[in-house]
Amino acid sequence: MTTQVSPADLPEVGRARGVPVELRALRRSFGDVHALDDMDLKIEPGELVVLLGPSGCGKTTALRVLAGLEDADSGQVLVGGRDVSGVPTNRRDMGMVFQAYSLFPHMTALENVAFGLRLRGQGPAERRKVAGEYLELVGLSAQADRFAHQMSGGQQQRVALARALAIRPQVLLLDEPLSALDAKVRVQLRDEIRRIQLELGITTLFVTHDQEEALAVADRVGVMWQGKIEQIAGPEEMYTRPASPFVAEFIGLSTPLAGTASGETATVLGCRLPLLAGSPTDGPVTVLVRPEALRLLSGSGDAESSPGVPATVLATSFLGANGRAQARLADGTVVTAQMPSSEVSTLQVGDRVVVQLDPVPALAIPR
Amino acid sequence: MTAVTGSPAAPASELLAAPQQLRRRRRRKQSVMRWIVIAVVMAFFVIPLLSMLYFSVRFPLSGKWTGQAWSNVIHLGSLAASDPSDYGQLWDGLRNSAVLVVLTVVIMVVLLVPTMTWIRLRVRWLSRLMEFICLLPLTIPAIVLVVGLGPVYRVVSNLLSTNAIWLCFVYVVLVLPFAYRALDAGLGAIDVVTLSEAARSLGAGWATVMWRVVLPNIRSAVVSACFISIALVLGEFTIAELLARNNLQTGIFIVSQTDGQLAVTMSLVALLVVFVLLLVLSLFSGGRRSREGS
Repeated sequence: MTTQVSPADLPEVGRARGVPVELRALRRSFGDVHALDDMDLKIEPGELVVLLGPSGCGKTTALRVLAGLEDADSGQVLVGGRDVSGVPTNRRDMGMVFQAYSLFPHMTALENVAFGLRLRGQGPAERRKVAGEYLELVGLSAQADRFAHQMSGGQQQRVALARALAIRPQVLLLDEPLSALDAKVRVQLRDEIRRIQLELGITTLFVTHDQEEALAVADRVGVMWQGKIEQIAGPEEMYTRPASPFVAEFIGLSTPLAGTASGETATVLGCRLPLLAGSPTDGPVTVLVRPEALRLLSGSGDAESSPGVPATVLATSFLGANGRAQARLADGTVVTAQMPSSEVSTLQVGDRVVVQLDPVPALAIPR
Repeated sequence: MTAVTGSPAAPASELLAAPQQLRRRRRRKQSVMRWIVIAVVMAFFVIPLLSMLYFSVRFPLSGKWTGQAWSNVIHLGSLAASDPSDYGQLWDGLRNSAVLVVLTVVIMVVLLVPTMTWIRLRVRWLSRLMEFICLLPLTIPAIVLVVGLGPVYRVVSNLLSTNAIWLCFVYVVLVLPFAYRALDAGLGAIDVVTLSEAARSLGAGWATVMWRVVLPNIRSAVVSACFISIALVLGEFTIAELLARNNLQTGIFIVSQTDGQLAVTMSLVALLVVFVLLLVLSLFSGGRRSREGS
């Protein structure tokens, strides 16, 4: 996608700011399974919130309840301060992009985008004009006359995005819209969605199970588990200051290391680490250490004389600019370290190394 | 083995030639078999039709060639006015069947399409029961159906009238298995749930979802369900006869006792109508595919 649209070129309606959205104490059960368990969520006007979590955590149910496609057992859905809990989907004024390709197969791309406009009583000429503008916004003007099966998956999802935006919705809902696409297209379209969302300033709820996707596009990420939001925060805070062991383990990688807490610090691998809020302040703990906080030092001289814990390299992997290496400590604990690829490439499986720990804040749980 | 000791080029070509010959022989055999099967099937269908055509244009007693029977079919209305007892019955039967075709198709579509769509959207657990109910008429012989329908139609006669058009209710039951299968295949070919949810999120009410999204995407299935229903209604004899109602087939039966040539000609016309309908169906589907596939 190379099309750049300046704010002045945006469709008139798109320039309106979004509205606040609030989910209050939502409950939804399917038999014995509590998909939503007193879930609360506030989205600020124009904000993009990503709900992230493992399968079955309730993120899609939350989005569907907001869309009106699913009824909550109890709780409230407020859009722009108005309770829309009893309002049917077709009157909620929300645009939605689905995980499955959802273009109407008997319509062209332009007709698909114009579908919602027709339902709003716009004349044919006006519909064509507006639909054309939104197709241009997603860079698909040239494909206006194509049917769904004549377009790639990425193009179909772009048309679906244009169709969702063309009706001037108050809220945009994205239900894993990229999960059916290949990796490269996924990254392109992800950036495209974020660009358009920022340009239009539309309040957006995005559901995904891909943490990289979530961290890349979100204003705030809400990690869900067992029908509740475990933590909601900006991407950086979510990564660096996880509020619970589940979040720490779900977002990014972490190695659990035994240590001893004393006040706001803990001693791990002979190093004192500051502990994040919510960690125990005394006694034996397990500290969840990020791979980038660990370093493996090789070279006989360095390894012998450097402070740290001796270990043996188990495996290395190349990830581009960075690489990862796994090493086994004397007590059998396996640690994963992330370092520049140039350093990882010097390590060989079976090498004796020294594990060092950077004193960055980490979360600890009682052991 | 001799090829191995010969010149280096010979063994490869000889080894390749043998399977090629085998393949060619097998292809020829398959081709012959294919044509035999086609010929037998064509004979099975075409010989009776040709016989009917032959009978309709050659007067059986004198052996003279005549187009009288075809002319009578064309002028059946005026013929019925002059002879209400025989030709009048056929004329009435024809008109009743025409009305029955329309009523049966309309009731079937109105009843089945929204119900099947709704089951797929909201109550999937009912789909097995729906399938069972719809396929049930296949397992019940018409004569058994009539035994059960007798008392029902006595009530229908009292409530409405004895008019044959009320056979449409039982005909809807008769076409259920075939219409269900056609519509089920059509609905199975699209993601009804996602499409309807997408349409709903864009502001469409349920009627709009049905009319503008679901129906256009199962158009071929609906058309085939309609044509199958038409064929079945035009050919139905047992129930109408046993319930003492007059339709095309009972009319043909009555006329056949006095004018066999006209009866056979009329049957041939009915078959041709169904054939043309099926042809239209295949052209219709093909035309749509080429429009969307180009």
